[in-house]
Amino acid sequence: MNRQVLITALVLTLFAAIGGGLVSYTEQSTASQIRVNDKMMLLHSLKSLLPAQRYDNDLASSAISIAPHQLLGTTKTSRAYSATKNTDTVAFIFNVIANNGYNGKIYLLIGVYTDGSIAGVRVVRHKETPGLGDAIDENRSSWILNFNQHSLSSLTEKQWKVKRDGGYFDQFTGATITPRAVVNAVHNTLLYYQQHKAVLLQATTKPVSPKE
Amino acid sequence: MSADYQKISQDGLWTNNVALVQLLGLCPLLAVTGTFINGLGLGLATLLTLILSNASVSAIRHWVRPEIRIPVFVLIIASIVTIIEMLMHAWVPGLYNILGIFIPLIVTNCSIIARAESFAAKNPVLPSVIDGFMMGAGFLLVLVVLGGLRELIGFGTLLDHSYLMFGETARSWTLSFADGYRGFLLAVLPPGAFIGLGLLIAGKNYIELRKTKHQTVKLQPVIENSSTA
Repeated sequence: MNRQVLITALVLTLFAAIGGGLVSYTEQSTASQIRVNDKMMLLHSLKSLLPAQRYDNDLASSAISIAPHQLLGTTKTSRAYSATKNTDTVAFIFNVIANNGYNGKIYLLIGVYTDGSIAGVRVVRHKETPGLGDAIDENRSSWILNFNQHSLSSLTEKQWKVKRDGGYFDQFTGATITPRAVVNAVHNTLLYYQQHKAVLLQATTKPVSPKE
Repeated sequence: MSADYQKISQDGLWTNNVALVQLLGLCPLLAVTGTFINGLGLGLATLLTLILSNASVSAIRHWVRPEIRIPVFVLIIASIVTIIEMLMHAWVPGLYNILGIFIPLIVTNCSIIARAESFAAKNPVLPSVIDGFMMGAGFLLVLVVLGGLRELIGFGTLLDHSYLMFGETARSWTLSFADGYRGFLLAVLPPGAFIGLGLLIAGKNYIELRKTKHQTVKLQPVIENSSTA
């Protein structure tokens, strides 16, 4: 009886070892490719926020850590990216979460020029209703481009809202909650930038990495 | 033996179809079939898993004691799925991001352990591989048909986003029907998945029914007459 149990345990261990071995082998051989993919994807979305002639640094490796902040909708340390040209900081790109979407969180990338105007906004991930709320996605409609160039000075506090709430931005037919959440998140990001501008600019000038 | 393979194929693709008859793996089936390409992606991943798991389960069937066969099967399936997930993450990242959680969830697709237990554990490697392929193909077909239907009705397109799977050259593959079609939202939302699958099952049953009716009418004209008289 004992012998049988032992054999059974051994067989099971053997299979666990083989399975584990194969998985870790695959993990090792794909890890670098996966890292390259993730970086490419990040770079691709970062690039879509800024016109190429406005900056000359490697955006993906310009990350700075941002402490969680209510205005960014973050509860954990998030990343921001800084765009520089001739070592002058031109813009910051923030990872922002709109927590009041229709169906959970909306993850955004928001680019802000140093003068406080919006460079661009993109939706990274969302679960809004297909066909209604997903018009915030650049693939579905150009609505998200309406934010470009706007700032806290180009629109008043009251105008940073959807039209239904008496503001400047359109809502979509059948979906007010989603655009309201996005407009709110963009507005908050500008407020955040206004409050933290000095610190952010200092953070980027600190690590002066010589480029090739 | 060749007749045997014919039966295996027929079982997998039609008579005992995983999705339409066994009704297994419905969670991923209903969740990812928003578009043709999503269905194709998950279908191929499931197909590959089925072939590999059937092959390995069949290969080791003499060495594994009955009392530990289920844990061993689970180990094998989990390893295979994890490997496939990593490979997809590395080589088709766009599709990987869309299918997301449903790739690891292939482990929980009951059809895989069902085939391991009811077929691969009792048959040699080659028939098991064919069984895995046919069962997977049957599942893939339903995924693709349902995905295609929902995409067509919901968005008025077909093959949208195929570049995620086939690279940049496939960007122009999207077929768009009826310009300015505003889409039928219900088809894309979860209820559309249930309704669509229901219609597919009904369609299959209708075809079966007509086939059997055809046969019985031919066979029993006399009985029919006497009973109605």
